[in-house]
Amino acid sequence: MSATVAAPAPARVFGSGIRRREDPRLLTGTALYTGDFTLPGQTYAAILRSPHAHARIRKIDTARANAAPGVVAVFTGADSEGVLKPIPCAWLIPNSDLKTAPYRPMAKDVVRFVGDAVAVVVAESAHQAYDALELIDVDYTPLAAVVDPQKAAEAGAPQLHAEAPGNIAFHWTVAGGDIDAAFKAAGVIVRDRIVQQRLIPTAMEPRGAVAQYVRATGELTLWNTTQNPHIVRFIMSVVTGVPEDRLRVVAPEVGGGFGSKIPQIQGDFITAFCAMQLGRPVKWVETRSENYISTTHGRDHVQEVELAATRDGRILGLRATVWAGMGGYLSTAAPGIPTILHGLMLSGPYQIPAIKEDVFGVYTTTTPVEAYRGAGRPEATYMLERLIELLADEIKVDPVEVRRRNLIPPFENGHAVVTGLTYDSGNYPGALDKALAQVGYDNLRQEQAAARAKGRYIGIGVSTYVEICGLGPSQVAGAVGFQGGLWESAIVRFHPSGKVHVFVGISPHGQGEETTFAQIVADELGVAVTDVKIVHGDTDNTPMGWGTYGSRATAVGGAALAVTTRKIKEKARLLASHLLEAAVEDIEYAGGKFFVRGFPDRSKTIQDIALMANVAWNLPQGMEAGLEASSFYDPPNFTYPFGAHIAVVEVDPETGHVELKRYVAADDCGHQINPMIVEGQVHGGVAQGIGQALWEQAVYDPNGQLLTGSLTDYAIPRADVLPDMEVLSTVTPSPHHPLGVKGIGEAGTIASTAAVYNAVIDALEPFGVRTLQMPLTPERIWRAISQSASAGRKEA
Amino acid sequence: MKVSITVSINGRAHTAEVEPRLLLVQFLRDVVGLTGTKIGCDTSQCGACTVLLDGMAVKSCTCLAAQADGCAVTTVEGLASNGQLTALQEAFWNKHGLQCGFCTPGMLFAAHELLRTNPNPSPEQIRHGLEGNLCRCTGYQNIVRAVQAAAAAGGRA
Repeated sequence: MSATVAAPAPARVFGSGIRRREDPRLLTGTALYTGDFTLPGQTYAAILRSPHAHARIRKIDTARANAAPGVVAVFTGADSEGVLKPIPCAWLIPNSDLKTAPYRPMAKDVVRFVGDAVAVVVAESAHQAYDALELIDVDYTPLAAVVDPQKAAEAGAPQLHAEAPGNIAFHWTVAGGDIDAAFKAAGVIVRDRIVQQRLIPTAMEPRGAVAQYVRATGELTLWNTTQNPHIVRFIMSVVTGVPEDRLRVVAPEVGGGFGSKIPQIQGDFITAFCAMQLGRPVKWVETRSENYISTTHGRDHVQEVELAATRDGRILGLRATVWAGMGGYLSTAAPGIPTILHGLMLSGPYQIPAIKEDVFGVYTTTTPVEAYRGAGRPEATYMLERLIELLADEIKVDPVEVRRRNLIPPFENGHAVVTGLTYDSGNYPGALDKALAQVGYDNLRQEQAAARAKGRYIGIGVSTYVEICGLGPSQVAGAVGFQGGLWESAIVRFHPSGKVHVFVGISPHGQGEETTFAQIVADELGVAVTDVKIVHGDTDNTPMGWGTYGSRATAVGGAALAVTTRKIKEKARLLASHLLEAAVEDIEYAGGKFFVRGFPDRSKTIQDIALMANVAWNLPQGMEAGLEASSFYDPPNFTYPFGAHIAVVEVDPETGHVELKRYVAADDCGHQINPMIVEGQVHGGVAQGIGQALWEQAVYDPNGQLLTGSLTDYAIPRADVLPDMEVLSTVTPSPHHPLGVKGIGEAGTIASTAAVYNAVIDALEPFGVRTLQMPLTPERIWRAISQSASAGRKEA
Repeated sequence: MKVSITVSINGRAHTAEVEPRLLLVQFLRDVVGLTGTKIGCDTSQCGACTVLLDGMAVKSCTCLAAQADGCAVTTVEGLASNGQLTALQEAFWNKHGLQCGFCTPGMLFAAHELLRTNPNPSPEQIRHGLEGNLCRCTGYQNIVRAVQAAAAAGGRA
């Protein structure tokens, strides 16, 4: 027996679940969100929005509104015509015959969705602005509406844009392998028609903007609820004509985004326009109901899919046609979502020799569709996970076993799939095994059988997924039509006292990167995490960056930071060698100290080096003063997080109510910088995915009226309807990433919808229910059970 | 027509002439300038505007400013004193009970109300107690843990 006990290794800040530094200001009400700003002389804007889904504007009479108390000005689309350019779409998918149509900040002749901006009132108070809105008379000639993307693509459908005949915004195809041969050789073919219902992101902070324009200098400052202030500056400059050097965009505290704060929306430009016209600051903050009709939605696919397989459950091919609703106009990143982020991911974690998918982007008289957490990947994962279940059902093999027969075996450095992507690293069976062990799968199946014998309906649903994130190599971005780069940049600056300022182009809005980024820098440089300050969100003092979405903040922005700190260390090592009078090859670095190899006492701390670099009294010949570096990091590949989720539900056959009994998530995002934050991201993501499976749907009537136009009607999950989640992880580092990390922001949403849906359908198996439209509301389930029961009686 | 009201907010009296239709939340944010209280909806669903009115949690969008005349209001700015967080604030921090922070002020007061009426709630009771407050980031799990931790610490508010 050994008497010695190894000393505990010093706690490493990278990988530890330290508390977030963002929280004290958020917990005490001192954080400032866009709507919290009030500038001297500020006015308030309220936007008049179309009550029609599709109509011609015959006349707008603003006289009464103009004369109302407190009104400073009223503007319509005619006033902004020629002053503001149309809002550009920034993802122009090549080889897809893409047809853009002018998307005006304020509609001039025709409105194309309920919520399309028509006019704006600026007044001394918000109340006065809203009062005056009711005094604007608009004479509309209603036109026919169409809300279903598949129907909008049919002959004879109402036409939205002369530029896009048949309402087809684009037709994109992904094809790999011999799809005809796959279906010819198939022993079994399963089919489904999937409606990926339209969802409303519902960040708790609605959108808004405060604009200040200084006529004397021509400078425009915009405080904006955005995930990507630098892109806002870029696009705002294009639309308003204000040069980028005179345009400052600030994303202050931002209350969630989930994709809805990626695009630049009408209200942003209207606010800037008013400020420029009036020379006074203007604030616009949308109401929740306004958010629901006018800020972007997500998903909205109709998918017709079929899967070819052998009789023993090996997938041979996948064929699909998708009609993706785009809404009345193409939002900033919209075309990339059902194509690049969806179609290219159709192999999922499986070996599929042949894939072909046709995607039609279709204009409909509805609110524009944009990214919503997962953006394209949930639509791909759900499709695959449904088809796997249908295949399992058809060949009477356990669905977990069918997954096992098709999963890509573990790989550490590259696996090419037939859609043309090369996944970075993965161990899909590993994550599945972990989730199955946690949930006790075999026992659960026995419990399920026993419960059924007693008239209780338990269901077990599995979902295995891989996703694409860490967007992405800029060369690829260009090749797929993204009108920008996707690199990230960072500046790391040592002050003389050894404290560190970090400036990043990434723009977090709830994810906690002020904490995780400080952990990266502290770990790399050997300084205390409390000595590192992260600055983000202001285009005037941060380097260019492309924003926080697509789980790219840590994957790309974190990599930029790591690379930058390594440049700093290189310079510090040179300076240490000079100060320690030793050859640079003999200088070692550990725990924030440079020392001469073999002489640990001959050392300089990084703070000593920072001081000398800043005062520059004694530098090597030719070395510049300062200890600062910047990098532009362009990733060599995307990252591909993955995992397996399992849901256990019980369905009450009397009411159709679904009880979520257990939820197990096993995710792999590579190395974890802060496991507490990773777990929080999984919780939130899973909750949103469960929302889609069970409760959420943006419902339009045939005339294009949004029936779920407020939080009264649109059901986001509450605390009492969600289960405690059991969150596990495996660690498969990304081989190409400087820190081995991948990204975790969207994983939960991508996996959970299919897991819960599959669990409910599994519970309904005794009733012969194989497919149901999401969300799986009690009414839908109760009707399905009732129909099955009455069908059963007829057969008897 | 305007009405004169005096409301004690975080221990300090504020007197103002307000329109009768002015909501308490608008009074707090736009008149008094305490922007910690948030507005997340227009149908009283989200609970982001929850404050204490004479010691009880209310959604301040469901109450006119004029109705608060003569009352005492506590907003999120009035919780910590001298930089010392309350037990609930500390627990939300420790348990990662917030992400974007927008629902947090209201959530703190909903949790406060729960612990006021039930000092040792079960996780299920916590979930029921918070169902009137929406959070889109956390999935609520760490909020439940935070309230449990605050209850165990014997503290509320």
